[in-house]
Amino acid sequence: MSLLELADVTKRFGGLQAVGHLSFQLQKGEILGLIGPNGAGKTTVFNLINGYHPLTGGTVRFKGERIDGLKPHQVCHRGLARTFQVVKPLARLSVLDNVMVSAFSRTSHRSDALRTALDAIHFTEMDAWRDRLAGSLPLGMRKRLEMARALATKPELLLLDENFAGLNPTEVEKTIEIVRKIHGSGVTILIIEHNMRVIMSISHRVLCINYGEKLAEGAPTEVANDPQVIEAYLGAAHA
Amino acid sequence: MSGQVSGQLELLLQTLISGLLLGGLYSLIGLGMSLIMGVMKIINLAHGELMMIAMYVTFWCFTLAGMDPYVSVLIAFPLLFILGAAIQKFLIAPVMEVESILPENQVLLTVGIGLVLSNLALLAFSADYRSVPVSYASKAIYWDVSVGGQSLSLSFSVPMMVAFGIALVLGASLFLFLARTDLGRMIRATAQDKRAAALMGINTKRITYVTFGLGSALVGAAGSLLVPVYYVFPQIGGPFTLKAFIITVLGGMGNIPGAVLGGVVLGLAEALGSVYVSLGYKDAIGFVIFVLVLIFLPKGILGKGSA
Amino acid sequence: MSRTTLLYALPAAAILLIPLVTQNPYLLHMLVLVLMWVILGQSWNLLGGYTGQVSFGHAAFFGIGAYTTGILVKLGLSPAAAWWGLLLGGLAAMVVASVIGWICFRLRGPYFALSVLALAEVLRLVALNWKQLTNGAEGILFIPAFTSKAAYYYIVLAIAVASFLAIRGVMRSRLGSYFLAIREDQDCAESLGIDTTRYKLYSLLVSAFFTGVAGSFYMNYMGFIDPGIVFNIENISIMMILVVMLGGAGTMWGPAVGAVIYILMSEVFRVWVKRGHLVFFGVLIIIIIIWFPNGIVGTLNDWRARRKAQSAPSPEGA
Repeated sequence: MSLLELADVTKRFGGLQAVGHLSFQLQKGEILGLIGPNGAGKTTVFNLINGYHPLTGGTVRFKGERIDGLKPHQVCHRGLARTFQVVKPLARLSVLDNVMVSAFSRTSHRSDALRTALDAIHFTEMDAWRDRLAGSLPLGMRKRLEMARALATKPELLLLDENFAGLNPTEVEKTIEIVRKIHGSGVTILIIEHNMRVIMSISHRVLCINYGEKLAEGAPTEVANDPQVIEAYLGAAHA
Repeated sequence: MSGQVSGQLELLLQTLISGLLLGGLYSLIGLGMSLIMGVMKIINLAHGELMMIAMYVTFWCFTLAGMDPYVSVLIAFPLLFILGAAIQKFLIAPVMEVESILPENQVLLTVGIGLVLSNLALLAFSADYRSVPVSYASKAIYWDVSVGGQSLSLSFSVPMMVAFGIALVLGASLFLFLARTDLGRMIRATAQDKRAAALMGINTKRITYVTFGLGSALVGAAGSLLVPVYYVFPQIGGPFTLKAFIITVLGGMGNIPGAVLGGVVLGLAEALGSVYVSLGYKDAIGFVIFVLVLIFLPKGILGKGSA
Repeated sequence: MSRTTLLYALPAAAILLIPLVTQNPYLLHMLVLVLMWVILGQSWNLLGGYTGQVSFGHAAFFGIGAYTTGILVKLGLSPAAAWWGLLLGGLAAMVVASVIGWICFRLRGPYFALSVLALAEVLRLVALNWKQLTNGAEGILFIPAFTSKAAYYYIVLAIAVASFLAIRGVMRSRLGSYFLAIREDQDCAESLGIDTTRYKLYSLLVSAFFTGVAGSFYMNYMGFIDPGIVFNIENISIMMILVVMLGGAGTMWGPAVGAVIYILMSEVFRVWVKRGHLVFFGVLIIIIIIWFPNGIVGTLNDWRARRKAQSAPSPEGA
C-alpha cells in the first residue's frame, strides 16, 4: 500500500483547470521531487493534498484512507505536514513559541510540547535562534522554521514547498543536509523545487507536471532528459 | 373577491410599495459602504454618522436659508465628498501602514471617528429631535386599482417617491461612472487588485481618497433625502450603519449591484415585518435576515460576494 | 522573604486592606468601577487581543448577565439570593455567544465583529419591547443586598482576580498557544493542526462568560438597569475596546492599566469638564490607533525588547 496516492485528481477554479486527472503514488521512505514550470500547478497539488482547497474530482488517499474533503487541521492530525512557499511565520511569537504551537498537536501537556519543540529546533539546528521573534528572522531561517514547525507535528509525510527558493549556496547545502536528516529519521518527503541541483541530489524519483497534468515520472536523470520536460521548461526548440 | 380578502390584498400591496420605496433609499445607503468595502476592503463604521452630518447640513440649510431638502442634496453631496476624502487621507490611510496586534485597526479607527462625529453633533446641536416641516411631508398620491371586482386604494408617499427617484438617478449615475469613465475604471481596477493597479500606473492612494469621498457623498445624499420623513438627531447614525452593513452582506461584500438588491430586500423585509410581525421589532428583522444569510448564503443572495 | 515576593505581596496586601482603612464611599465606588472594568477589559482582551477576534458588541454579553440577575429578582428571588445570577448570567452569556460564534467563526472576514454589534442592538430592542420580562424602558430596580460598599468591593475584587488567573492559566496552556497562532496567521494555524473554528469559539466562551458575570455584578451593585444602559454600544462595547487598546492589547496587565486610566479620565470629565467625554474618548481611540497601537504596556514591552536586542549579539546564520 502506498503512503500517498492521488487518483485522477482534478481541480478547477471557475473555468480554469489548475490540475487535470493527475495520478501518482508515493511509497513510504521515498523522496519524490515534484517539478514543473511556473504556474504548472505544483503548489495547487499541495493545497489539494493538505485540504486547503477542495477537489473538483478524483481522490487522495493517505495510508490507504481518503483524506480529500478533510480540513487542513484534520489532515495534519493524520500525520501529514506541509511547509508554505510563501513563508508564514507567526511573526510576533518567538521561534520556540512558533514550534510549540505545532508540538501541541500531539499532546496537550505543556512540558511534553516543550520537549518536542526543543527537539525539533535542535534537529533543524535553530537552537541559537530559539528566543528570537519569528518576524525578525532572515529568509533562510524562516524557511528552516517552517521545517521545524512541520517536524514538531511528528509527521509521516512531509510536503516541502520550495524550501530552497531564495537561499544562498551555503544555506542550500545546509538545508539539503537537514532534509536528508529528516528523511533519515523515517519521514517520507514530497518536495516541490525549482532548483534542479537540489532535486537531482536528493530525490529518489521525480514527477514533472505542466498545466496541471503529468508530463513525466521516473528516476531523476530520466525525467531531466525527457524531451517533453525539456520542451516545457525551455521551449520546443531545445527538445 | 370578498371585501376581507381585498382588504388584505390592499394592505399587502401597500406594504410592498412602502417597502420598495424605502428600499431605494436603503440601496443608496448600502452602495456607499459597498463601494468603500470593495475598493479598500475596510468597513466604515462611521457610515451612519456621515449620513447624520448630511442631515444636519440639510436641516440648517432649510432653517437658515429656507432651502428645500432635495435641493440641499446638491450641497450635502460635495460637502460629504470632501469630508470623506479628508478622513481617508488624513486618518485612515496612515493606519493602513501601521503594524499592530489588532487586525481590524482600520475598522476600529472608523469607530473612533464615528464616536467623535456623533458626540460633536451632540455638543453642538443638543440631543433634541429636529424636523424639517416641508409642505409635502405627508402628501401622497392615491391610485385606485380594480382587482377581482373590488376597488383597492393604494397610496404612494410623495417624499418617498421623490427620494426613490433621486436615489435611482444617483445609483444609475454611479453605474455609468464606474463603467464608462476612466476614473471609474481605475476605481474598479483598484478594487480588483490594488497592487496590479498600482503597477499599471494608477495612483491608488488618490483612488482611495476619491472612493471614500464618493461613498460618503452617496450616504450623505441619502441623508438629505431622508430628512423630510425622519427626525434629525445626533445618534441617528448607528442603526443606519448597521443597516448598511446588513445590506452589503445581503448583496455580497463589495458587490455593487448586490447592494442595490440588498437595499430593496431590507426595505421590503422591514415594511413587511413592521406590519405583519411587530412595529417595535422592525429593526430586528434586518438582523434576522442577516443571520440567515450568514448561515445559508455567506456569499450573499447573488452568491457573488467575497465570503 | 525574597524581593519579588515582597514586590507582589505589598500591593496585594494594600489592595485587600483598603476597605478597612477607609470608609469613603466615593473612593470605594471608584475602585469597584475600576475592578469591574478590569474584568471587562480582560475578557475582551482574551478574544480580541490574544485570539485576534475583534468584537464591537460585547455589551450584548454584559447586558445578558445584567438582565439574568434582574429578571431573577423580578421573578421573586431576593436580592441576596440573586447572587446566583452571577453564575447564571455568565452561563447565559456563554450560550448566546456559542450560537453567534458558531454562525460567524466558520466564515472569514469581519462578520463576527459586526454580528455581535447587531446582536447587542437586537437584544436592546428585545429588552425594550418584551415588557413582561424586562419592564421595558422602565428598567429593573431593586435595593441592593448590602448597604456598605466594602462587601461589593471584595466581591468584584474576587471576580477580577479569578478572571485574571483563569485567563492567565488559559494563555499558558495549549489553548493560549493556539489562540495566538490563530491571531497571527489563521491559514498557518490550520495547517499546524488547529481547528480554528473550535478554538475561536472557546476563546469567545470564556470571554463572554466573564463579561456576563461582570454584567450581573453591575445589576447587583447598582440596583438599577435599563436596556439603554447595559446594551449600550458607546459606553460599554466601545469603551471595552478603548480600555484594552489604551493599556495594551495582547498583554496580561494592559487591561488593568487601561481600566484605571479610563476611570480616572471619566471622573475628571464628569466632575470638571462635564460635557463631551465621548468626544475625548473618540479622539483618544483615533490617537491610539494611529500612534500607539500597542497601548501603554505593549509599547513598554516593545521598548524593552528593543533594548535587549541591541545589547545581545545576533546569532550567526546557517
